[in-house]
This record gives sequence, structure tokens and C-alpha cells, in this order.
Amino acid sequence: MIDYHFDWSVISRNSGRFAEALGLGLGLAVLSLAIGCALGLACAYARLSGKPWLAWPVRGYVELIRCTPLLLLIFFIYFGLPELGLYGMDKFQSFVLTLSLYAGAYMCEVFRAGLASIPKQYVEAAKAIGLRPWQRQRWVVLPVMIRITLPSISNNLISLFKDTSLAAAIAIPELTFTARQINANTFRVMEVWLTASALYLATAWLLAALLRRVERRYASIR
Amino acid sequence: MDLQPGDFLFELWQARFSLWAGIVATVSSSALTILASTLCGTLLGLVLAYGGPIARALARLYVDVLRGIPVLVLILFTYYGLALFGINVPAFWAGVIALSAFATAHVAETLRGAVESVPAGQMEAAKAIGLRFPQRLRDVILPQALRRMLPPWVNTGLEVVKGTTLLSVIGVVELLLASQQVMARNYLIIDFYLTAGAFYLVINAAIAQLGAALERRFSYLRY
Repeated sequence: MIDYHFDWSVISRNSGRFAEALGLGLGLAVLSLAIGCALGLACAYARLSGKPWLAWPVRGYVELIRCTPLLLLIFFIYFGLPELGLYGMDKFQSFVLTLSLYAGAYMCEVFRAGLASIPKQYVEAAKAIGLRPWQRQRWVVLPVMIRITLPSISNNLISLFKDTSLAAAIAIPELTFTARQINANTFRVMEVWLTASALYLATAWLLAALLRRVERRYASIR
Repeated sequence: MDLQPGDFLFELWQARFSLWAGIVATVSSSALTILASTLCGTLLGLVLAYGGPIARALARLYVDVLRGIPVLVLILFTYYGLALFGINVPAFWAGVIALSAFATAHVAETLRGAVESVPAGQMEAAKAIGLRFPQRLRDVILPQALRRMLPPWVNTGLEVVKGTTLLSVIGVVELLLASQQVMARNYLIIDFYLTAGAFYLVINAAIAQLGAALERRFSYLRY
């Protein structure tokens, strides 16, 4: 065993930066999940619409995104879109766009499965009491579907939070980027990376525990 | 047809060796990772399912910790951390080690789920006919569990291929970094990102096909 002297003062000196970076990562994840959910829901309805001209492009989008490495998508949108004439996005907007597109593909599959798992009788009952199509969706199908898919949504949030570490590749100062920078400046390798790992881990576990409470709270319909 | 420098096809031909080296690095790091994580993950999964309380708690800790940390952090930690302990491995191996450690956790969890999904009656029947534990495992439980494990195992394989792009961050010239180096020469950013994406699609589609073939091959193990 090599003798390595831990010097945790580097962490306390930079605690503000770590906290900011963690908050930024969480913010990016939540924002992307929100946009991704909206996108995914629209895509799920398109997939189930029964119209091939709607369903097939969505299928292509989902498969394409799921088979492409996220880092490649990040670079493609950050460096590639300006080449195609889409200027004016800063790195944060570009990253949120990428992560939202990425989340949208996964959420599409989640919502599609959720919508498909709703018993037909619910819709028939809603028809029988005279609800219009959009009312049936709004008051019957969606509330049940959200409860069914809540565990998948929370899993996605946690994995998106971990995926925000890739934002380091385009110099967004989130946790991984910050840790790398502090590591490069101070070369306190163990302290910096143990702290970063612990922060990710603690946040992921906290999120999981929190979301499990939410799931239990809303698990009334089964 | 005469191609000019600056044409995509001309530049693609010029870059063929760089891109090929990138593909080789991507495929070999993925293959090594999948191999190592399947072996270690199976062992760890068996510990999770059948180990004593202490071994099981340690395995559970490993799995939960590794699944809670982003792969990129694991890779950077391994890369900088190993050097600190005087282990000077090339970036390629640091990346493979980190990816394998990560994928091992996933395979272990998958195997545990698969083993526990085999009906308890199978284990009891195997006990009743007098098989010892290794025999029960080898001849009764694992054949059924491995069949159930195939789809998520293939998914882990796809995740690993996608995860190898992260090795570019520590300077391994795999497909993504190789493409970016080509782009740095010819500025055909869109074309070469799309090319890299297409290669990833092909690699992943091949793995998915292989997985589907394996599933068909072992579909008789249904009950």
C-alpha cells in the first residue's frame, strides 16, 4: 500500500463549488425529464394512434436514440447543429435539448407500455358516462397511467441525473466537470473523486427514497 | 467519378485507417468488458442469491454503490486513482476495468433476479432427488435462469458499447474520438458524426440480432 496522505481541506475549501455543481446537475436532470415526459407522452400517443405516418417516424426516433451513445448525441447537437445553420444555443440549452430528446425516447416506451396496460373497461366505463374523448384521456386514462408508470419515471430521473455527468464533455460546470477541474488544480485525486462519487451516490439514494415515498402515496389505484 | 479533397467520400477514404482503428478499439473494449463482467457478474449474482449474510451484504453494497455512480466518474476515478497507487495501466485498460466494474454490478443484479424467478419447486425437486448444491445449480437452476437472463444481458451489452464512448474522455482513441480527430482535419462535422452514429447503430444492431438468435436457440427451455 502506497502511503497517501489524505488532505480533506481541499474539499472544505471547495464545498461551495461542489454544492453548486450538484444543484446544476439536478436542475438539468429535472428540466430534461420534464421536457422528455411531454415529448414522450406525445410520442406514445403517436405510436398508439394507429396512423402509420405518425407511428413509424416516432419508432425510428426512439430506436435511433436508444442505439446511439449519449455522448455522440451531445457532441452532434452541440457541434453539429450550428453547422446546419441553427446558431444561438449556448451549451446549457444545447445539453438540455440533447438530454430531453434522449429522455423523450425512453419515456415514449414507458408511456406506451403504461397506456397499453390500462384495462379497456376503464375507457368503456368513461364512454358510458358520456365523457368526450379528451375528457376520457384527461380524467380516466392519464391519472391511472401516471400511477402505473411512476416507478419507471423515477428510475429515469435517477439515470438522467447520472447522465448529466456527460455534460462535463462540453464544459458545463456540473459535478464531474468541477471534480475534474479541482483534481487537475490540486491533484488531490482520492479526496476529490471520493467526494464526487459520494455526492452522486447520496443524491441517487435520496432521490430513490423520496420517489418511493411519492409512489406509495399515489399507489391507491391498482 | 473524381472526388476532390473536401468531398465526404474522399475524406472518408482518407480516414479509413483511423476510423478502422477506432472501431477495433470500440469493439475490443466492449468485448473485453462484456466477457469480464459476465464472468464476475455471474459469480457476484450467485453470492447475492445464495451467499451468507455477510457475503450477501457486501455484494449488495458493491452493486448498489456501483449502480449509483455515473460511469464517467468511475472511469475518471479509475484512471487517476490507479496511477496514484503506482499501477500505471494505459488509459484503455483503466477504462475497461471501470466499465467492467460497472457492468458487473448490472449483470449480478440481473442474475439474482433471474435465479429468484425460477420457481422454488425446481430447487425443492432437485433437493428431493438428492442433488448436491453445485449440481442443483449447474443442472437445474442456472439453465433456466440463464435463459431468462438473456434479454437484460443483451441490454447490458448494448449499454457497454454505448459506454465505451466515455473512454474518449480519458484519451482512448475509440470510434468517437477517432471520428472527432478526423473532423478536426477536415471540418466535415455533420458527416462524420453521422458516420460514427451509423457505425454504432450497426454494432448495436449486430448485438441485438445475436441476442435474438440466442433467445431463439434457447427458447425450448421454457416451462
